[in-house]
Amino acid sequence: MRAILLALLLSVSTLPAFAVQPDEVLPDPKMEERAREISKDLRCLVCQNQSIDDSNADLARDLRVIVRERLKKGESNEQVLQYVTDRYGDYVLLRPPFKATTLLLWIGPFAVLLIGALGSAVYLRNRRAAGGVAGDTAPLTDDERRRLEALLRKDGT
Amino acid sequence: MRRLMYILPLLVFLGVGVAFLRGFDRDPREIPSALIDKPVPEFALPPLPGHKQGLSSADLKGDVQLVNVFASWCIPCKAEHPIVSRLAEREGLPVRAINYKDKAENALDWLARNGDPYASIGVDADGRASIDWGVYGVPESFLIDRQGRIRYKHVGPLTPEAVEQTILPLVKELRKG
Amino acid sequence: MIPELGHYALVLTLFIALVQSTLPMAGAATGNAAWMGVARPAALAQMVMIGVAYAALTWAHVVSDFSVLNVVNNSHSLKPMLYKVSGVWGNHEGSMVLWVVMLALFGAAVAVFGRNLPPTLRARTLAVQGIISVGFLLFILITSNPFTRVVPAPLDGHDLNPLLQDPGLAFHPPFLYAGYVGFSIAFSFAVAALIEGRVDPAWARWVRPWTLAAWSALTAGIALGSWWAYYELGWGGWWYWDPVENASFMPWLAGTALLHSAIVVEKRDALKTWTILLAIITFSLSLMGTFLVRSGILTSVHAFAVDPARGVFILVLLAIATGGSLLLYSLRAPTLKAGGVFAPVSREGSLVLNNLLLSTATATVFIGTLYPLFLDVLELGKVSVGAPFFNSTFVPLMIPMVAAMAVGPFLSWKRGDLAGAMGRLWVALVVTALAVLYALWAVGGPVMALIGVAMGAWAFVGSLVEFAERIRLFRAPAAESWNRAVNLPRSAWGMTIAHAFLGIGIMGMTATSSWNSELIKGMKPGDTAEIAGYTLTFDGVRQAAGENYRADVGSFTLRRDGAVIATLQPERRSYPVSRQTTSETAIHTTWKSDVYVALGDPDPQGLWVVRMYHHPLLPWIWIGGLGLVFGGVVSLSDRRFRIGAPERRRAAPRGAVQPAE
Repeated sequence: MRAILLALLLSVSTLPAFAVQPDEVLPDPKMEERAREISKDLRCLVCQNQSIDDSNADLARDLRVIVRERLKKGESNEQVLQYVTDRYGDYVLLRPPFKATTLLLWIGPFAVLLIGALGSAVYLRNRRAAGGVAGDTAPLTDDERRRLEALLRKDGT
Repeated sequence: MRRLMYILPLLVFLGVGVAFLRGFDRDPREIPSALIDKPVPEFALPPLPGHKQGLSSADLKGDVQLVNVFASWCIPCKAEHPIVSRLAEREGLPVRAINYKDKAENALDWLARNGDPYASIGVDADGRASIDWGVYGVPESFLIDRQGRIRYKHVGPLTPEAVEQTILPLVKELRKG
Repeated sequence: MIPELGHYALVLTLFIALVQSTLPMAGAATGNAAWMGVARPAALAQMVMIGVAYAALTWAHVVSDFSVLNVVNNSHSLKPMLYKVSGVWGNHEGSMVLWVVMLALFGAAVAVFGRNLPPTLRARTLAVQGIISVGFLLFILITSNPFTRVVPAPLDGHDLNPLLQDPGLAFHPPFLYAGYVGFSIAFSFAVAALIEGRVDPAWARWVRPWTLAAWSALTAGIALGSWWAYYELGWGGWWYWDPVENASFMPWLAGTALLHSAIVVEKRDALKTWTILLAIITFSLSLMGTFLVRSGILTSVHAFAVDPARGVFILVLLAIATGGSLLLYSLRAPTLKAGGVFAPVSREGSLVLNNLLLSTATATVFIGTLYPLFLDVLELGKVSVGAPFFNSTFVPLMIPMVAAMAVGPFLSWKRGDLAGAMGRLWVALVVTALAVLYALWAVGGPVMALIGVAMGAWAFVGSLVEFAERIRLFRAPAAESWNRAVNLPRSAWGMTIAHAFLGIGIMGMTATSSWNSELIKGMKPGDTAEIAGYTLTFDGVRQAAGENYRADVGSFTLRRDGAVIATLQPERRSYPVSRQTTSETAIHTTWKSDVYVALGDPDPQGLWVVRMYHHPLLPWIWIGGLGLVFGGVVSLSDRRFRIGAPERRRAAPRGAVQPAE
């Protein structure tokens, strides 16, 4: 139980997140905007499910500063992301890269949709074929029609 | 075909269940190193006051060595230190260190109290060099081969199992080649 | 003494649950009325007994009995009473007891209100409830007993995590659990129907109210959690696609699909196997959520109890419940008699589309949440799946959903007239176009934002148009329209309310995601900052203290065009016992937006870090959520659900829109 509490404490102590500090903010708003966007795509490795933009962990701050430094050096967004990925691997990207191993991930939802749509289409066709929609009853035979008319006449309507 | 559609949910669930079962053996927060089989990053770190030698990439060629990232404020580092010392002193594996985000006097104090088995120590006060190594916490240990390539990374404090089952066999193999 | 009584009550509950899960099931199979009759009293007794256990645990927390380990770990004598009570469920062991309380409550409700259910169905349903109870009670007694004593008793406890000492978060679990566990009834009904070998419209009618109740509760629970994250965590986010958030979202998505699918079973005796599968899947996702939070196999800010031993137990429960029911499904579902026929373009067809899209959405969240685990287990590396993934995949799926949502109710059963329906929606089309043009002119906005505006407007106006058609507004004298409105079944009202408020919610989410402003500044007393046309003046910081914390309270004056609008007082609180700080943000809420201020740390020069945000239309998200819950509750109050009798046939006036419910 102690371990659980400790784990909770450690995890939560990064939470009152006062992430980006005023002294980190770049003077150029466009570059700062890029820095924020890149930071939102980078995972904080010592937190549980936060980006470095959201986390106030030391490592997150270090990486935020590095992102801004490299932007000031003139690197593009992709180059900055590559710099971090070279050191920490794909895991640091919150948007998983499109590779052989993540193919199922990106294609997955559309595959499910496609399979589901096909299945639904087959199902709908069966529902329609099972007797026809305009009438799921066969047309009346002559005999039935005579009896129906007789009943209606008897009813007085 | 229809039959298959009805069994599909069960099959998916079985797959998921097996994944969950195997998930227990894994630590979701452990990140594999992106630098395995790559050369050690270029760096040069100053020594601690009173020490002659710091740590740089040039020092990491020529023999199989262990680089241990530690700090005086890190409790698991103290826990693993006897194992680190044993590796250096009794197993004949040179161990060098990166002192991560520490104050010099605290580090010297810590080494005085716990022993200094390191061949040399580089001071990484702002943690930048460690970021080049892909360090995200302390302690971490890297096994470097003769050509100066990172061959293995251990995240967290070294354990006897990791030493016996992975590190020492790997050292032997690397020394042969 | 009392904790021991509680413990004893837990064990008794287990025995009752064992009886409830076996005798009625056997009785239904053999036709033994006496055994089937055991179900009702057993369900009631189970509720009473677990109630006693829960009360005992609450008592221990309220009087701060530190000889009970659960109280030591989660409470403190200085903790405010509200949190002593809510702290009972704010930890792993206590929350599991709450789970079983909910299970028993719902089971007892079926026993009491389900008097006109066929005896075999009721017996089997309660038996399945019993089986689930047995599983969880064993879990509690073997791995997570809340009544464990600690000797010698410490003088005081470790206090509850300060983040949990908050009204919003205090009530988030009970609603969530009512939701999760409420879906167990649909599950039990589904399994019972599969055993029975029959699903008919009456079954759907009985299942719907329980599903509605669970769905409403889950919506409230998720909204509460989201609202809490917004005002507490300090940077204005309200949804993070965190694995545990996703774990609550998946049953919600599947539950929504279930709700709609059940309508088709009830009205047209079709989509049966789909509905049964959804009922099984929804509750299975609830169970999976419980597993993910408590097993430690996923990283999450929510991770409760990271104990693999407990994780394995829940996995076994999951295997039995889900595996068992899916096996039953694969064997029995093909034998269910297929029902009514319909054209692809029809009310049924649109609900099939709804099913398809919601199920795909559920699958998307599922894949995204579990993919890192799958890849890791297969040793193919580690990837991160975060918000960017879900934004790219989930959001686009919602577009056809919302588009269809407004059109569906216009289509007749069996065969609908799509052109006619679209024609009747011209008002919605016009308003939507106007809204998009306005947004384009006012803000320019990214494309996704404009699409969001379109979706929100379409959903909102579309529902109102449908409602207007139904009561023949502007086509018949006002008195007749009024009459129709008043006599409309409550479930029709519920649908209109829920769909309309969903549109409002979507507007809020779109606006705040695309057009918010943020400013971070180091300020000293006297400084001002400008954001989104507002001026914020920092007036200073004073010290304050609460029952178990100390606080720095900042004071800010909010002005617009020179006029003072409000004073905002964000705080930084320190809790000495747990040695943590939390921030209490100050928010100025209007119908149009939130102005949000959070106080950070001071630096050595006395400059305080202040974060200011402007969130346009953010309150609309909460309004939307409340509306959804309200719609669900209104639907629930429909007389037909309470009596469970078939609807009295009312002659449908010619040319009217077909009633949905």
